[in-house]
Amino acid sequence: MKTLVWVEHDNQHVADATLATVTAASQLGEVHLLVAGSGCGGVADEAAKIEGVGKVHVADDAAYEHHLAENVAPLIADLMGHHDAFVAPATTTGKNVAPRVAALLDVMQISDILSVEDGDKCFTRPIYAGNAIATVTSSDEKLVITVRGTAFDKAAADGGSAEIEAVSGPGDAGLSSFVSEDIKASDRPELTSAKVIVSGGRALGSAEKFEEFITPLADKLGAGIGASRAAVDAGYVPNDYQVGQTGKIVAPELYIAIGISGAIQHLAGMKDSKTIVAINKDEDAPIFQVADYGLVADLFNVVPELTEKL
Amino acid sequence: MKILVPVKRVIDYNVKPRVKSDGSGVDLANVKMSMNPFDEISVEEAIRLKEGGKAEEIVAVSIGPAKAQETLRTALAMGADRAILVETDHDVEPLAVAKILKAIVDEEQPGLVILGKQAIDDDSNQTGQMLAALLGWGQGTFANTVEVGDGSVEVKREIDGGLQTVRLNLPAIVTTDLRLNEPRYASLPNIMKAKSKPLDQKTPGDYGVDTAPRLSTSNVSEPPKREAGEILEDVDALVTKLKNMGVA
Ligand SMILES: Cc1cc2nc3c(=O)[nH]c(=O)nc-3n(C[C@H](O)[C@H](O)[C@H](O)COP(=O)(O)OP(=O)(O)OC[C@H]3O[C@@H](n4cnc5c(N)ncnc54)[C@H](O)[C@@H]3O)c2cc1C
Ligand SMILES: Nc1ncnc2c1ncn2[C@@H]1O[C@H](COP(=O)(O)O)[C@@H](O)[C@H]1O
Repeated sequence: MKTLVWVEHDNQHVADATLATVTAASQLGEVHLLVAGSGCGGVADEAAKIEGVGKVHVADDAAYEHHLAENVAPLIADLMGHHDAFVAPATTTGKNVAPRVAALLDVMQISDILSVEDGDKCFTRPIYAGNAIATVTSSDEKLVITVRGTAFDKAAADGGSAEIEAVSGPGDAGLSSFVSEDIKASDRPELTSAKVIVSGGRALGSAEKFEEFITPLADKLGAGIGASRAAVDAGYVPNDYQVGQTGKIVAPELYIAIGISGAIQHLAGMKDSKTIVAINKDEDAPIFQVADYGLVADLFNVVPELTEKL
Repeated sequence: MKILVPVKRVIDYNVKPRVKSDGSGVDLANVKMSMNPFDEISVEEAIRLKEGGKAEEIVAVSIGPAKAQETLRTALAMGADRAILVETDHDVEPLAVAKILKAIVDEEQPGLVILGKQAIDDDSNQTGQMLAALLGWGQGTFANTVEVGDGSVEVKREIDGGLQTVRLNLPAIVTTDLRLNEPRYASLPNIMKAKSKPLDQKTPGDYGVDTAPRLSTSNVSEPPKREAGEILEDVDALVTKLKNMGVA
């Protein structure tokens, strides 16, 4: 099977999410990459070094700069004339683009795969907030797949030397345009690749308290910062901090949940973490049912003490 | 402008799903079912656009079993004007749902279709994007804010890393994220009124759509269980554990 993998990037660098996607695709067959963007030659050079990649297609066009699905989906659908599977990371870009490609190809997408199974076109994927795992087999001729990054090892970013080939597509579909973006640059590890995550919930009570109690602990541990939906809805932290069924899926070495009850939607996003620590003043909080280590205490007392003693 | 709002009947989000022991699926017998939470947000947004004078009529659509009528009645009680039930007892995959919705759009000619970003049962996150492709319309997915202008709509989207704003020509597709609004509860008088609002009954065949699934599910299993661990005495005990792990 010949696969076409969506390279996630910001026109400067290949994003980490690409690497696990390459691993998933390589279990299906030959891996080709697509770098669609504007002024993205550097990204293509980086992508060509990823281990296990056969070829990099580069579509460099102003219309592809912001990865608008209306513009990139027809490009991908064209390239799928020569590929058997389109494989994208289950990032917000992948989730936006892949189903549009699938419909153009008249294919039912397989979302968020956890594994590639033996046999033809067989995969596992989570349903019902990860409370069930379905084994599904596609009967479509071509496949469109999104990949859960935490379920696959990352391909090595170095070691390959794939050929780079320029391609062009239909360009601007004239349906949509980019207006603006509000992306906060941060030195903190990105949630989906952080080794340690400190996550805060509704119990923090305000943006100020979140900053005062969660941030120093995260700094001490070199950790990424996450949050429950309740903390995001209340405006303590930006929306992309949300961990869960409908937010980010994370699986760090260590996840510290502070003042988070452990609703199934939250657990869906973090229960594959290697070690889970929960700090909650309610000993019956469901989070303790998945935690390796629990501290039944008032976070406002113990978190500063913990930060200091580490 | 008319707004079409597809709403799906799913397991209530407060219920913990149980996998059937024979691996055939999730047990939905005697389980509380509700409108997909993202679809409540869609209905609410449509109502606000109508209240703001940007829309005249809201049509709710559901594809599912006869009981999906209840879901449509909820949408009507919240403030939708009429409803269409496309009745089928089979599970219909997002691609086929999108095809049925396309046929309804061709008939109804809405200016905006507002869907949820994700149904909390199949967790597919596909239908809106697929419908946009089939119609050749723009798509504003994972909407945090929707501003309808003259001939176009601006959608602020929740993306990895922050927020992105795009402008789409109308007609267009929007899919809703959690922060778009807080859905209202239907008042008792409105629940009564909803009973007499029009609800059309159709079948997938009426729209000439083949709903045969493309994916076959051979097994549904429980994920590996995590055992509850240790409750620690105090912060010092936790510090020791973390130091032993080598993270601190
Ligand atoms: C469609 C849908 C999608 C959703 N998606 C997500 C998702 O992706 N991610 C997500 O997280 N949620 C999601 N949710 C929301 C989820 O159902 C819960 O409402 C949410 O996770 C609760 O957040 P919380 O644990 O911070 O708040 P709460 O449930 O209110 O818990 C707060 C906890 O803090 C504890 N506490 C209070 N004060 C203190 C103190 N001083 N010290 C220590 N502990 C204290 C309390 O005992 C309690 O356990 C979703 C819901 C829906 C309907
Ligand atoms: N059977 C259905 N009936 C009505 N709307 C649906 C149906 N299935 C999906 N949708 C819509 O598509 C959205 C995304 O669903 P999904 O792609 O299955 O995650 C939902 O939030 C609904 O708005």
